[in-house]
Amino acid sequence: MRNLGAIIAERQPEEHAARSKDLLISARNFNFYYGKFHALKGINLDIYRNHVTAFIGPSGCGKSTFLRCFNRMFELYPEQRAEGELLLDGKSILGKGIDATDLRARVGMVFQKPTPFPMSIYDNIAFGVALHDKLGRRDMDERVEWALRRAALWDEVKDILGRSGMSLSGGQQQRLCIARGIAVKPQVILFDEPTSALDPISTARIEELISDLRKEFTIVIVTHNMQQAARVSDYTAYMYLGELIEYDVTDTIFIKPKRKETEDYITGRFG
Amino acid sequence: MDLVRRRKWTNKIALGLSLAAMAFGVFWLAWILKDVLVLGIGGLSVQLFTEMTPAPGSQGGLLNAIVGSLIMVALATLIGAPIGMLAGVYLAEFGQRGWLGSTTRFINDILLSAPSIVIGLFIYALVVARMGGFSGLAGVLALALIVVPVVVRTTENMLILVPNSLREAAFALGSPKWRVVKSVTLRAARAGVITGVLLAVARIAGETAPLLFTALSNQFWSVSLAQPMANLPVTIFKFAMSPFADWQQLAWAGVFLITIGVLAINVVARALFKEEIKR
Repeated sequence: MRNLGAIIAERQPEEHAARSKDLLISARNFNFYYGKFHALKGINLDIYRNHVTAFIGPSGCGKSTFLRCFNRMFELYPEQRAEGELLLDGKSILGKGIDATDLRARVGMVFQKPTPFPMSIYDNIAFGVALHDKLGRRDMDERVEWALRRAALWDEVKDILGRSGMSLSGGQQQRLCIARGIAVKPQVILFDEPTSALDPISTARIEELISDLRKEFTIVIVTHNMQQAARVSDYTAYMYLGELIEYDVTDTIFIKPKRKETEDYITGRFG
Repeated sequence: MDLVRRRKWTNKIALGLSLAAMAFGVFWLAWILKDVLVLGIGGLSVQLFTEMTPAPGSQGGLLNAIVGSLIMVALATLIGAPIGMLAGVYLAEFGQRGWLGSTTRFINDILLSAPSIVIGLFIYALVVARMGGFSGLAGVLALALIVVPVVVRTTENMLILVPNSLREAAFALGSPKWRVVKSVTLRAARAGVITGVLLAVARIAGETAPLLFTALSNQFWSVSLAQPMANLPVTIFKFAMSPFADWQQLAWAGVFLITIGVLAINVVARALFKEEIKR
């Protein structure tokens, strides 16, 4: 296991230095319930535009639960319920004021397991775009190419766009899913353990991609892998048992955390 | 060491028993197929496909029965399959929880296991008795009623097999529910759903009981749905029971045609399903 301090030291300082803090998402006294189970407890947290924010913590700490609130994914399951304030660009995500489909056009998501749709590579990307934009054939071609280039997949698939998305390798499938999310042109992309089903080389490519995408999108990533959080994120939140224990610039969290619990987790003494 | 030997013996015994069970099934199936082939091929001729069912002692074929069966099976599938698919989609995608879904599922299970003669009698009471006569239409409705529960069941099962992560991914792009179902889950389950329809077709192709009280049969050429309609199963039943050798020969030829048809459908269904699993 590589030393986290070394990973932090290797990062390009100008790239990861906290740039201008432009607030995009904020949670205030946010609570979440699975039926009667209180899964997230009074969370307050700010996420900044064009930065990568990582959620870390042991299994069951609520990090994925929290992530799935940003695009109201939990609403698919009637026994799940959110309370409190969750704002995107100053407007409530949870209120009746915003339609879930519109919200999801602004907040994309990439899942743990690659989930290509049972259609061609081209249609996998066009599907999401067509939901929100009425594009002509040529504009759609351009959008598909743009998204695939942005996801570093174009060179590998440009000649096989008509082939099924399921015929790609696992790492390619995951980049296809990223391209699919980008193609809708969201403000935020949520990554839910995007590399835990991939081999190390595919993982490295996805991490590179995430760092790169930060220029255009705001990224929130849930990861089990602390090195990954150290490598790709600008801000890190450590969660435990449904509570936000510590949230700060990634360098601070990994080099001199303020809370004892965070330090114990980071150094592997716990979790 | 002793334990390993015991396990090996247990394995051999279990394997032997299951092989014996398989051999028992295959034995009868092979015998049936052999008889159908040997006796059926003897009845194959050009007249079989060009001439009507004959009076005893005269030359003839099965043309009206073949066409009647094709018409009724096709119409019954056209009516029953869409209803079954829609109900299956409802059960799998919309009515998973809630009383309407579980009630529908329960009633469908009863319909699925209802003897086909009951369905024949039901249509007899509902359609034949009221219309004042046997008709092709009544036969179509009876067969459609058998198609529906089969297709409902397979469609629901195939949709449930689609991983939830695929649905979530489609929702995450901002897709409304009907689009998720139409473009993603139904498409993912497509091969299975089509297989279910094909198996329902195979099932009704050989049904005799529901046609006996509904379409009856017809000695002559008729494609009118308002008239009794000739069909293979009832013709086979009638001809096989008769004392005339040429009718019995035609009955065997009809059995051969149905068997080959059903076999072909099953092979296609299997190939389709396999193809999709591979991708």
